Amino acid sequence: MTSALAPAPSKLAAERKKSAERGRRLGSRRGNVIAGIAAWAIGILFVFPVFFMVLTSLHSEPNASTNPPSFFAPLTLDGYREFFGASSGASPWPPLINSATASIISTILVILLAIPAAYALAVKPIKKWTDAMFFFLSTKMLPAVAGLLPLYIFAKYLGLLDNINYLLILYTAMNLPIAVWMMRSFLADIPVELFEAAAVDGAGLIRTLRSIIVPIISPGIAATALICFIFAWNELLLANTLTSVIAGTAPVFLTSFVTSQGLFLAKVCAAATVVSLPVIIAGFAAQDKLVQGLSLGAVK
Amino acid sequence: MATTTATPLDTEAEAKAAKKKEPKPSFNERWLDKKGWVRRFPLLPALVFTIILTQIPFVATLIISFMNWQANYPNEIAFGTLNNYITVFTDPALRSSVWFTIVLTVTVVIVSLALGLGISLLLNRSFFGRGIVRTFMITPFLIVPVAAALLWKHAIYNPVYGLLNGMLTLLGIEAQPDWITDFPRLAIEVQLIWYWTPFMTLILLAGLQSRPGDVLEAANVDGANSWQTFRFITMPHMRRYLELGGLLGSIYVIQTFDTVFVMTAGSLGTANLPFTVYETLYSAQDYGLASAQGVVVVIFSIAIATFLLRTVSTLFEES
Repeated sequence: MTSALAPAPSKLAAERKKSAERGRRLGSRRGNVIAGIAAWAIGILFVFPVFFMVLTSLHSEPNASTNPPSFFAPLTLDGYREFFGASSGASPWPPLINSATASIISTILVILLAIPAAYALAVKPIKKWTDAMFFFLSTKMLPAVAGLLPLYIFAKYLGLLDNINYLLILYTAMNLPIAVWMMRSFLADIPVELFEAAAVDGAGLIRTLRSIIVPIISPGIAATALICFIFAWNELLLANTLTSVIAGTAPVFLTSFVTSQGLFLAKVCAAATVVSLPVIIAGFAAQDKLVQGLSLGAVK
Repeated sequence: MATTTATPLDTEAEAKAAKKKEPKPSFNERWLDKKGWVRRFPLLPALVFTIILTQIPFVATLIISFMNWQANYPNEIAFGTLNNYITVFTDPALRSSVWFTIVLTVTVVIVSLALGLGISLLLNRSFFGRGIVRTFMITPFLIVPVAAALLWKHAIYNPVYGLLNGMLTLLGIEAQPDWITDFPRLAIEVQLIWYWTPFMTLILLAGLQSRPGDVLEAANVDGANSWQTFRFITMPHMRRYLELGGLLGSIYVIQTFDTVFVMTAGSLGTANLPFTVYETLYSAQDYGLASAQGVVVVIFSIAIATFLLRTVSTLFEES
C-alpha cells in the first residue's frame, strides 16, 4: 500500500499469491517430489507427539504405559472420565471456567481498547504515532517477571490474590500491545477515501467506527481476538503466582500432574488434550493470520 | 517487497496527500485538528491502561531491588542496598541460572531457526498434500505449553513407559536412559525446539512467499541454478525474516517458565532466570532479591529488544 489509491487488499493479496506461486513452480518436478517426501517425513515427526498424546488419552491406563507402546490397543474414554473426576472427584470444571472467563473477558477488553487506539494510530494519526506504536511494542518485550513481584505484593495487601478479575485485567495489559499492532495494520489497509466520504457525510468517530471500520476489519478483529485468547489461555507464570484454589486456571490445574501418580498416563494425556482443545480450535480458525499476530503485525 | 505493510513514511505521505486533497475542511474539523485532543483521545484509554499495568510495576520492581525486604523478616525492611545485585552475580546457583538462561535461549532459537528455514524451504515447493503437512507443522505450537511439557515429561521422556524408550525397545536397543535425569538441559531444549520450530517455520514461510516472483523468474531465465538463486536472491531477502524470527523467538524463549517448572522444577541445573525469580518470590519470599533478578532479566531483554525494534522498524518501512 504505497498510496491512497493502491488496489484493494484482497487484490494485492491475490497478486502476491500468484507471484509466490510462480516462484514455487520454478523448482524442478523431481526436486518437488524429493522435497515432498522430506516435508511429509518432518511433518509427521513434528505432529507425532500430539498424535501420540491423543491416542494415549484414548487407551486404558494399563495399555497406556507399556514398553514398547501398544499403538493398536482398544480405544476407551476412561482417561477422559478419570480426568473429569470419575474416581478422584476433583472436577476440572472450575479451572476450565476460570480460564474461559479470564481469556474471553480479557480478549473483549483488549479489542475494545485496541480498536480506538489503532484508529488514533492509523486513520487519523496523532503526531508521534510511531513513538506510541513502539512504546506499546516495548511493553511486550518487558518480561512478566519484571512486574511480577509488585503485582504480587499489591494483590497480597489488597486481598486480590486468588481473584480471577485481577488476573483478567493483567491479561488485558499483556495482550494489548499485540492487539494494537495487529489492529493498526488492518486499519492501515482501509482506503482513505472511505473515511473522507464518511467525514463529508458528517459521521463522527463513533459512527465511523461502527459503520465503516468494524464491518471492514471484522475478519481482522476475529483473528486478533483468537490470538489474544490463545495467549491468555496459555499463561502460567502470572496465574500460578497470583491464584490458587478458587481462581486457579486450567494451566494451574495441569501443574497438579507434574509428579507421577502411579498409572495415570492416559489421564494426563486426556487432561493435556482437553486443555489444549480451545487453543487448537482457535489456532486453526486464525491460521491465516497467525503469523501476523505472532510477529505483532510485522509479517503478513 | 510486495507486502501490504504500510510504512510510517507512506502513511505520513498519505496523510499529507489526504489533507491536500480535501477541498475545504469544515470548521468543525479544523478546530478538532488544531486541538489534537480529538486525535489523541481514542488512544488514551489503551495508553493509560498500559502505563499503569506495565510501567508502574516495573518502576516498583526497580525500587524494591535496592531494598532489603524479606517477607519473613518484616522488621528489617530497609532501602538503599546493592546487596541484592551482589548476590545475583556472586551466588553460584544464581550465576548458573543466568548462564543457563543464555545457553537455553541461544540454543533453542538458533536450532529452531535453522530447522524452520529448512522446513519452510520444503513447504514452499509444490507437492502432494502440502496443506496437510503445513497443518502438521503448526500443531505443536497449538498445544498449551504446560500440557506440552507434561506430554514430553510423562509420555515421551519417561524411562519406563515413555515413547522414546519404547521406540528403543522396538529397535532392540537395551540401553535405555532416563532422559530427564541423564540429560536434563537437553531434554528441555529439545522440547522447546519442538515447540518453537513451527513458529519460525511460519514466519520464514511468509518471508519466502513474499519473494518477488518476477525476480525469481528472471534469475531462472538468466540460467541461475538453484544454489545461486538461494544464495543471491532468497537469502538476502530472507535476512530480515531470519532476524525477526530470531529476535522474537529470543524474547519469548528467554521468558520460558512453564517447561522448566513442569519438567524439572529447576533441579539438575535447569533453573533459568524466570523460574528462579518465581522461586525466590514464592518459596524464599525474598522480595528484594527477586526484584534484582527480575531487573537482570529485563536488562537482557532490553539488549535483545533494541535489535528487535530496529528490525521491526525496517520491516515496517520496507515495501
